[in-house]
Formats: sequence, C-alpha cells, structure tokens
Amino acid sequence: MKKFDKERLLLALAGPVIALVAAIALTSVVLLASGRNPFEPYALMLEQASFSDVQVLIVNQASMYYIAALAVALGFRMNLFNIGVDGQYRLGAMMAAAVGANVSLPSFLQIPLLLLVAMLTGAFWAGIAGVLKVTRGVSEVVATIMLNAIATSLIGWLMLSDNLGVQVGNNNTTGVIKESGWFPGIDLGADVGEIYGLVFLAVLLGILYWAVLNRTRFGFDLRATGESESAAAASGVDAKRMVLISMLISGGVAGMSGLPLLLGEVHTYSLSFPAGLGFTAIGIALLGRNNPGGIAFAALLWAFLDKASPALDYATPVAYEKEIATIMQGLIVFAVVISYEAVRQWGLRRQQRQVGAELAAAAADNNTTQKEVAAR
Amino acid sequence: MSTQTIAKPQAQQPGKGKRRISLPVLLLIIAGVLVLTSVVRLITGADGITSTGQMSTALRLAVPIGLAGLGGLWSERAGVVNIGLEGMMILGTWFGAWAGYQWGPWTGIVFGIIGGALGAVLHAIATVTFNVNHIVSGVAINILALGTARYLSKFTFENAEGGSSKQSPPIDSLGTFDIPGLSSWLDTLNQKHWFLISDIGGLLGGLVTDLSPLTVIAVALVPGSWWILWRTAFGLRLRSCGENPVAAESLGVNVYKYKYLAVIISGGFAGLGGAFLSIVASNVYLDGQTAGRGYIGLAAMIFGNWMPGGLALGAGLFGYTDSLNLRGGTTNVHALILLLAILLVFGAAYLVWKKRYVPAVITAVISALMFFWYADTNEVPRQLVTAAPYIVTLLVLSFSAQRLRMPKADGMPYRRGQGK
Repeated sequence: MKKFDKERLLLALAGPVIALVAAIALTSVVLLASGRNPFEPYALMLEQASFSDVQVLIVNQASMYYIAALAVALGFRMNLFNIGVDGQYRLGAMMAAAVGANVSLPSFLQIPLLLLVAMLTGAFWAGIAGVLKVTRGVSEVVATIMLNAIATSLIGWLMLSDNLGVQVGNNNTTGVIKESGWFPGIDLGADVGEIYGLVFLAVLLGILYWAVLNRTRFGFDLRATGESESAAAASGVDAKRMVLISMLISGGVAGMSGLPLLLGEVHTYSLSFPAGLGFTAIGIALLGRNNPGGIAFAALLWAFLDKASPALDYATPVAYEKEIATIMQGLIVFAVVISYEAVRQWGLRRQQRQVGAELAAAAADNNTTQKEVAAR
Repeated sequence: MSTQTIAKPQAQQPGKGKRRISLPVLLLIIAGVLVLTSVVRLITGADGITSTGQMSTALRLAVPIGLAGLGGLWSERAGVVNIGLEGMMILGTWFGAWAGYQWGPWTGIVFGIIGGALGAVLHAIATVTFNVNHIVSGVAINILALGTARYLSKFTFENAEGGSSKQSPPIDSLGTFDIPGLSSWLDTLNQKHWFLISDIGGLLGGLVTDLSPLTVIAVALVPGSWWILWRTAFGLRLRSCGENPVAAESLGVNVYKYKYLAVIISGGFAGLGGAFLSIVASNVYLDGQTAGRGYIGLAAMIFGNWMPGGLALGAGLFGYTDSLNLRGGTTNVHALILLLAILLVFGAAYLVWKKRYVPAVITAVISALMFFWYADTNEVPRQLVTAAPYIVTLLVLSFSAQRLRMPKADGMPYRRGQGK
C-alpha cells in the first residue's frame, strides 16, 4: 500500500516537472534556431529575480494575476468559460476609481465601499452573460467576448468629461481617488518599493475559493454540475441557478482583480491602465489546474517571466529579445496540458494493468481450488 | 428514466419544426428589412446607410471575419473546438507580410495560409493525439502565436528597410478592380436616392466595386466549403467525425486523419484571413492587427448555426456595423436606432399575435424608449458606434440562440477504439 502511494506521488510530480523541462528545452531550441545563446537568457532572468525590487514587482503583479485567475478558474470548475474577465476587471476598476474620486468617507468605510463597487460592477457585467445564457441560451463564450468589446466602448464613453471623466493632459482619467481610499502597502524602503496591501486580499480570496469549493454544499453542487450537468440535475441541483450564481461570483471576483494596483499605486483609472489581464488569467488558471495552490504558483511564475524579461532587452554584452518570455509562457501552457494528459493516461493504464494483474492472480488462486471455473 | 425516454422525442419535435425557415420566408424577411431600411433612409435623410461606399467597406471588413468563421466551421464540423483561430490569424498576418514584402503579395498569401496551418498542426497534435481540452490548447496557441510573431518581427522587420519591430515594410498591392459598366451604373443608381431601387443598387454596387481578387476568392470559399462539406463523400465523413466519431470509426472512417485534416484546413482559412488583413486591408503587418477578429469569427460561426451561409450572414452583419465606424457613424447609427425601433414594433405585434403578452409589453416599451431616444437626439455618442457590431451580435444571438445546434460530438475527447 505504501509503495503504491509513493508511485502516485511520483506520477503527480512527473506532470509539472516534465512540462517545465520540455518548455525550457523547446525555448532553447527557439533560441538556438535564431542563432542565440540557448542558456544565457535564463541566467539573466534568474539574476533579475534575485533583486528585491524586482521581487516586489513580481509579487504585486502576481496578486492581480491571482485574483483574475481565480475568477476564471471558478467558471472552469462549473464548465463555464468566462473569457469576459478582462472586461469585468477593467469596468470594475474604472467604476471603483470613479466612485473613489467622488465620494469621501473615512477609510474604514471608503475601502470596503470601493471593494463593493468593483465587485458589484464585475458581477453585473458577467451577470448579463449569465442571464442571456439561462434565459436565451446564448453561449457564454460568445456573450463574454462581445461584452469585453462593449466594455471598452462603455469605459471610453464614461470617461468623457461630460460624464464621469476628468481630463488630465492628453489622458482621460476618472480623477484621483480620495486619500482615504488608498490602501496602505508594506514599505520596504525607497529603492525596493512597496508591496500592495491588497496582496492579502488575493490570499484571502484563495483561501475562500478553496473553502467554498471543497467545504460547502454550494461548492459541491458547483463541481458536480461542472462534472456532469445531468447527474447534478438528477440529484436536485438547479443547473440554471448554478450557472447564474457562479457567473455572478466569477464576475465579482474578476471585478476586484484590478484593485491591488488601483488602490495601492496609481489611485486613478486612466486609459493607460493595463488591459489584457483577463486573457493572461486564462492561461494562469489552466496552468494552475484550477487549484488555488497551483494558481498561486502559476501566477508567480507568470509574473516572474513578465517582470524579469524586460531586462533582456538591455543585457550586456549581448541583448536578447524579451519576447522570448511570451513564447516561453505559451510553451509552458502547452507542455503542461500535454504532459498532464499523458501522465494521467499513463497512470490510468498502469492502474488498469495493476487491477488486471490482481484479478488474474485471484483467478489463478481460484483455478487451483475450483477446477470447474477454469473449465468454463 | 422512463419519463425521459418518452419525453425526449416530444421535446425535440417542435424545435425541429421551428428551426428551418424556408427559403421564401427568408427572402420575404430580407425584402422586408430592405424596404424598412429604405423607408428609414428617406425619413432620416441618412443616405450613407445604404451607399455603395458603405457596402464596399462592409464587405472588406467582413472578409477576414468570414474567413476566420469558415476556419471555425471546418474544425468544429469535425468535432474540434478551435478557439486558437485568433492565434492562427496572427501567424497568418505575420507570415503573409514576411513573404509578401519580399516576394510579392501572392506568395505572401500562400505563406499566410501555411503560417495558419502550422499553428493548426500544433492544435491538432494537442487535441487529437493527446486529447488535451480543446479550449486549453486554443488559448495556449493564442499566447504562443502572439509571442512568436513579436519575436520573429524583431529579427526580420526591424532590420528591413521601412520596417520596425512592430511593423513590416510595405507590401505591394494585389490591385482592385470594378466590373466595367455595372459598377458605375449601380453607383449612379445609388446616387439618385430613389426609394428601394437605390438601396438595392447600393447593396449590389458595394459587392462589385473596388474588389480585391482575394475578396472574390474569399466569397467563393463560402459556397465552396458548403459544397465540399455537404455534397461530397469527404465532407460527409468529416462531418460524421463531429457528430459521432465512434459510429464513423465503425464504418471504417479514419477519424484521426479527418480530424487532423479538418483542423489544418481550419488553420489555413484563419491564416488566409490574417494574410488578408496584412496584405489587402492595410499593406503592412502591424502588432495587434487582428484585434480579436478570430474570436469574432468564432462568434459569427456560432451565430450562423455552424453553417456556411449563416456564418457569411453573421460576418456580413458584423462587417456592416463595423463599417459605420469608418464612415459617418454617428448620424448613420442614429438612423439605425429608428430602424431598430420600427423592427421592435413588428416584434411586439408578432408577440401579441402569439398571445405572449408580457414579452410583447416589454418589447413595446423598449421600442417606445428607442423612438424617444431617436427624437430627442441628433447624433449618438462615438463610443456607441464602436460598440455597435458587438451589441448587434449580442442582440441577434439572444433572439436566435435557441434555434442553434452544434455538432453533437463537438469538443468531446475521442480515442480510437473507445466504442468497443
């Protein structure tokens, strides 16, 4: 029994290890093919990661990736594909910034208010797709893609100075959030930087995600619906209600994913607020296999590749193209999914063989005692 | 269990009867919409909504979306969901431009197709051979293609004359042509602003004016795909892999082979769409040129019920609303609000006739609000024009989604011999 467990652990580890090795090897092939040193970029990037200011950047970036990826993962567990995280994230951050700039409350009310605004905005935007799916049968994939584009226009319109916007130079912004809405960070000194205080929100959400999915009836229903809708329906789960609720929660979480940056550093939403977070989050959720621990690892890895790669452009004596990091990200996702699948199938086959061997052994035992069974 | 087996055929029956709109009815609807549009044009004086130029622009914008949609159609008909269309399009834009500026546009097109197909090979290996979740593989391709195009640009375009890391050197044009006589005649007809006749003239004129040879090819690929998929043994086998691969296998179809072929053809279409963007639509490769058109193409295909004609209609609708963006959008969309309001009145009347009073009242109220909006303003915000294609797609889908049926085994894992 004990030996069996050890092998299973080995199998569980084999997936990610094979994937990482394969991804690195393939990236090296790309580097070689383009006539570059196949190993030096890794050394350069690892060196970057040893600087504490880069570490702070990585942790900060990872916190946003993490929250957004949780939103995606929640949908995946339910067999829903929320591509709209990007729109929900931008709209949530924008509304939070607009409210924060126009409402002035004491800190202990202001910050929860902004969190709530971001969450409700995101939930509302995802809820449109949810309602369309349950009432009209519109695929959530298409609906959320459309809502992403509509969000871009809506934000552009809301940020006009006739509406909620404030013109600063050439940039439309929402105005600066009142200082009571700024979330204090952990200051590590002037040359190192500040870790966003809302990194803890990411951690909290991760724990909540785990607890809700694994320790509540709702989480069980959600996973059951994701595994088999008909089986869940047979056990009394209202699938439509589940779709709507999980879409709302996913959107709510997505809406909050911009807040670490918004409340911790920039304090205003402008057109230069980073877009595309929601799409990155899909890759991260996949890489982390929708598991809160895995997503944390994936978010950190992704943030590392993001934040350590720009230095490649300025490396001496030979500069490398920082785009190699994007290639690597894509290759990692690929390698991970393929190796997981291969390992899973290998494990299944091994299990089948084992069970087969045990059955054969049992049959052999029977044969010696009961000849008539063998005769059949 | 027993109730389910009895209930099922009953539940399917009305759906089946409803799904097919017969050809005369469809033509009647199209004619009705045309007449209404003409009326609205006369009321509002927004002649732009059916001008030749508008239609010509719409066609040019619809082509890449339609090609991406065709790509999606081929692969999903064989049971492989292809969300990597966007990435394959990106590869198409890059390869098309890279070969195009060196060896001419036609070589560029061939390379664009090859580029898209390369991405598709990866998708096929992951989804067919390794049975990886189709969406996961597609997302990975999108990331990988973006990185690859940017990485390669730094090596090639940055050192080339007239190029930079985000832009390729200009590519020679494929040229455009008009149909002699017909184009100018239809255009003058359109200029008269007569009721209905000018609108039809504008619509047809847009289809024969300022054509790129690639546009003609792309349009021809729609009936071409239909003919191959629905009228040949090859197409029947390919579609059988998307409906029931186990049954197909039992009849001797090599499911893996057909899935591979379908996905590679799908990538070729997406790559062609990408090459169209970089060679015909603009004459350079630009970073971020596809701007989500792969996703939109997928949406157009779903909108079109996994059928070539439907997806062409979806792409056309999208191209048209998108073209408003480029040509006098704010007044034209304002005119279209009136059209929408009138259409909603008809919708409400239909619902009353069907004795569904609550939705009828809601529709009537929305219609009234639109009339009010139309009367109260002279223009719509610029941002609404940008969002119009997406809003229209969402609206149309929410009215029609329940009639859609995707291939039965679409996105399902399949292993050889799993039915034994």
